[in-house]
Amino acid sequence: MSGAVVVAGYALRESVRRRVFAVVLLLTLLFLGLFAFATAKVFESTGDFTVGRDIGTLDATGLVASTMLGLGMFAILFLATVLAVFLTLGAVRGDAERGLLQPLVVRPLGRTSLLLGRFIAAASVCAVYVALVYAATTLIVHQASGRWPDAVVGPGLALMAGSAVIVALALLGSVFLSATANGIVTFMLFGAGLVAGLMQSIADGIGSHSLGQIAHAIAIALPFEALYQAGLHALTADQSGFTGALIQLGPFGSSHAGGPGLNLWALAYVVLALAIAAWGFARRDL
Amino acid sequence: MTPTLSVTALRKDYGRTTALGGVDLEIGAGELVGLLGPNGAGKSTLVKIACGLVRPSGGSAAVCGAPAGSREARRALGYLAELFRFPGWARAEEVLALHQRLAGSDGGVAERAALLEQVDLLHARDRRVEAMSKGMQQRLGLAQALIGGPRLLLLDEPTSALDPVGRRMVRELLERLREQGVGVLLNSHLLSEVELVCDRVAILVDGQVVAAGRPSELVHAGGVEIETAAGVRRFAQATREQVPELVEGLVRDGERIYGVRLLTSSLEEAYLDAVGDRQEGAA
Repeated sequence: MSGAVVVAGYALRESVRRRVFAVVLLLTLLFLGLFAFATAKVFESTGDFTVGRDIGTLDATGLVASTMLGLGMFAILFLATVLAVFLTLGAVRGDAERGLLQPLVVRPLGRTSLLLGRFIAAASVCAVYVALVYAATTLIVHQASGRWPDAVVGPGLALMAGSAVIVALALLGSVFLSATANGIVTFMLFGAGLVAGLMQSIADGIGSHSLGQIAHAIAIALPFEALYQAGLHALTADQSGFTGALIQLGPFGSSHAGGPGLNLWALAYVVLALAIAAWGFARRDL
Repeated sequence: MTPTLSVTALRKDYGRTTALGGVDLEIGAGELVGLLGPNGAGKSTLVKIACGLVRPSGGSAAVCGAPAGSREARRALGYLAELFRFPGWARAEEVLALHQRLAGSDGGVAERAALLEQVDLLHARDRRVEAMSKGMQQRLGLAQALIGGPRLLLLDEPTSALDPVGRRMVRELLERLREQGVGVLLNSHLLSEVELVCDRVAILVDGQVVAAGRPSELVHAGGVEIETAAGVRRFAQATREQVPELVEGLVRDGERIYGVRLLTSSLEEAYLDAVGDRQEGAA
């Protein structure tokens, strides 16, 4: 375990000292600036938002705040995925091809420790990144609307867990695929998760049970999506009536709550992905 | 005494291709062994199996008595890969500090300074790897391989990026290591260098050892050259034992003798003979 901690420390230093990290920070600041500007403009233009009386009472501020927070969640998951992929896409095969891995692997720390260290470092960087950007978006929406989400901590934790799942998947891919192929595959999996989320919204909207089941199965197979959906749901868990229904049907809302079962499955998923990665790494000639 | 490296009937197959076809090799403490062979002969594969980067298909390899690849074996060795890289963002000191922690070395600052001094990089201890020349990176790689005082040093083309001064530095370093009892396996294409420093040489062709022994055993007699007033006379078939008779005969014939030189083939010629014979045999 001490070897894993040494590698994690090394990988953490690598994460923050590579030039591309400064680029990620700059782009994140740009995103937050644009998000703040867009949020302010949206609330300005929806101040007198009304619907027909026969539909029901609409909490326009709640709807817009939830939608903006949902949009923020989506953007954070996307940025966290970019970060996770950037930190891990070449962790094994890519680094071996570049000659970075061999001097480390011949040391007496063991390949599993090396892999674990890389996971700890990448998951930690992503978790801190997600926490900071999530806190910033929540504050921006609160500043513009005066509203807090129904659950503040839970959605952030769900996103952090989702990014850890993506890190584990990218690390697993790095054992078997070249860096470029791994990046492509990981982003395709991320895209598949997003499609599952949209399918779920459509299934809920048209009341298609079978489409909903397919979407749910994909979300479980790619638990970062299920965690993201659970986070979205927790944002507006207390919303009910017409407003709640509108949020849940929208692209940045969800009717699927998480729970201990999902959390356990996500944990088992990460452990399984890392175990397969360790198995593959142990058998790889470098 | 347990050899620092012991390789017995070592095999490695990559699908249908045989990289090593049953190699035996032993390196004692303080012994410097050169591994020679053409590209694709299996030299790097052998070194990689010894340090646990590649799994053998058959046979065995042990480092200081421990199976190659085991934690104990990795604790006992230092390795410089042919193609290696350190992260560009790291400074020389940081690279060594990381490897000290991974190797479990408690040498601290003093060990790092001593190693950088040995490879003539002390002045660049705070320089980032990305700002170093290839030669400087190779010297840093050497320093890295020496962390923790390894008992076996595996060097894969350690001087490929070095200038003549750097090569001389490596030779002197290897001689010091020999005095300290470190076993060294030197994989190099630079035959003159191997001839200068190695106690023994093994020539590998198509995954098999085709010649092995001391450099002086591998080279063979090449005749005698005698410098006379009329010019240099060469006796291609003559041996050392025939020199007195040759000189006597020339003096008798009225020649004035200014010098006698025994000719031997170089290691390069011995290598070309060994590799050529093998390749002709295969053809």
